[in-house]
Amino acid sequence: MIVGKQKPISEIWDMIKDFKKIIVFGCNTCVAVCHAGGSKEAEILASLLRIKALQEGVDMTVESGACERQCEPEFIQQHLEALKAHDLVLSIGCGAGVNLLSAYTGNTPVFPGLNTEFYGAVQQAGHFIEVCGGCGNCILHLTGGICPIVRCSKSLLNGPCGGTNNGKCEINSEQDCAWCLIIERMKQLDKLEQLFAIQPPKDWSRGTYGGPREVIVEHIAADEKNSVGSTKERKS
Amino acid sequence: MRLTYPTGVKIIRMPCTGKLDHLYVLRAFENGIDGVFVAGCLEGQCHFREGNLNAAKRVKHIKTLLEQVGIDPERLAMYNLSAAQGPRWAEICTEFTERIRKLGPSPLRNKRQKA
Repeated sequence: MIVGKQKPISEIWDMIKDFKKIIVFGCNTCVAVCHAGGSKEAEILASLLRIKALQEGVDMTVESGACERQCEPEFIQQHLEALKAHDLVLSIGCGAGVNLLSAYTGNTPVFPGLNTEFYGAVQQAGHFIEVCGGCGNCILHLTGGICPIVRCSKSLLNGPCGGTNNGKCEINSEQDCAWCLIIERMKQLDKLEQLFAIQPPKDWSRGTYGGPREVIVEHIAADEKNSVGSTKERKS
Repeated sequence: MRLTYPTGVKIIRMPCTGKLDHLYVLRAFENGIDGVFVAGCLEGQCHFREGNLNAAKRVKHIKTLLEQVGIDPERLAMYNLSAAQGPRWAEICTEFTERIRKLGPSPLRNKRQKA
């Protein structure tokens, strides 16, 4: 899932203080699971902003709301009228949610209330770890299901480096060395010999380095492409 | 026991402090209340195992939120006592009321009236 972390109130306040009618809008999927941007967090943030506004003597109203998925038009459609009735939408969905909402809210701006951190997994309740880099060219079958792109500090494809220290990383002594984990896992799977194959340089153009990416599922997508933020969408 | 405690203390009952919601506390402050304390069971004696421990974590988090919006976190506290500790209850109410009296009225109270 996408893991997010709410921005500090002071940073949010600097963004919103000049607006009069604000709605904090959450997303009940990924960011709700990581306790950063669901409907509950939207209510809490709205309450905090109302207190802040009172403290600062600023006349503003702050409401809250949420939808199931901010990154899909069909889920935000039913909320658009309410959102457009405000001066500002403070989205606490991930960056994808902010992008999509912004394409649909006409003259109402959408600001981000949280920082989108990473693609992560739940280590334990309230503890999330980065496990996937979204590099567009998965090699987890070669590395025992452990991603060297994000779990190795140097993103090495042929590890470990000389900095591994009793199973920990030289960058952070608290962090496991991903390549030690990979070797242990491959031993367990009795596939250690696979690691002797040298991995060629990675094609990073399939990741974010190659410009914005898109995936089109041809048997489902409409014939005419309608990209997020197109002029046609913004006018609607 | 016929114990007395400050009349300014208003009680909101919860089935367990594990039910404590951030919003219960925030709304109280938003409405101009001067202070809130959460009274949970003694540690290790929660009927639901860890409701009071979860509440303590929540209280700690709400304190950091209050600080960010200019409310003194000292206005929120968590106490642990059992239902059989009547004298301790009266003592906590007095102690907390004194603490809040020293801090003065909620900074939001006058501002709410003006708004």
